[in-house]
Amino acid sequence: MISCDEATTICDKNQYGEASTWDKFRLNLHLLLCKHCKSYSKQNHIITKMFGNYLNTCDGSKHLTLDEKKELEKNLNEKIN
Amino acid sequence: MSNNKKHTLDPNKWIELYADYLFNYAVTRVDGSDLAKDLVQETFFSGIKGKENFRGQASERTWLISILKRKIIDHYRKINSAKGKKEVRVSFYPDGDRKGSWIEECVPQTWENEAEKTIENEELKDTLDKCIENLPEKYRMVFLLKTVQNYETEEICNALDISASNLWVIIHRARVQLRKCIEENWFKN
Repeated sequence: MISCDEATTICDKNQYGEASTWDKFRLNLHLLLCKHCKSYSKQNHIITKMFGNYLNTCDGSKHLTLDEKKELEKNLNEKIN
Repeated sequence: MSNNKKHTLDPNKWIELYADYLFNYAVTRVDGSDLAKDLVQETFFSGIKGKENFRGQASERTWLISILKRKIIDHYRKINSAKGKKEVRVSFYPDGDRKGSWIEECVPQTWENEAEKTIENEELKDTLDKCIENLPEKYRMVFLLKTVQNYETEEICNALDISASNLWVIIHRARVQLRKCIEENWFKN
């Protein structure tokens, strides 16, 4: 039987789709018997969802000013030539 | 029906079409808009230098983004090696004994109203920001690169010079800490 530390680590790996079949088997066995890790597993899914949207909630409206773009263009042209 | 149309590059239009998009992408992933600007500029440089390598299967924007992604993780590689290889040791259990088991004070609590609470809003983002800020620097870096920026395990390991099992230990410790922080700051209110 794996420890809670090992189980929760596999649980984490699973959030990224990188737990092996054997890992998942051992994890599920542990979850049947351990209520704390069962909570952790449920909450882990919620955390994954929260971070799934994380970058989307960042301000998507930042943009470069006209001057900044002109400077970019100037630097680019210098580099090409 | 497959689309055989190959994409072409038109660097003269890049700034007009993609500068803001790339800037937005960079500025949410690195610290500071000056750095983001530099990365965008370098992306355009690399794009022009590497024009011949464009095979036309991805769109121009996708291709430029993939260059930018490499620049971003390269940036993390540089700051990581500048900081040195000091490993931050944080125990799963604060007092070091009872290997592998939950300590009573740290067991997961019930999260009330789980469904309603998981909404996209400013407050949640603020909580997540705060909890991420509390992570040790290396954990934060690895966690963000893997979870938020979706780099492959191998890419991160190569850039930060860590093994895959290292990475998973770090991710695990980060998530354990984040779980607790989120529980205390979001669900207990």
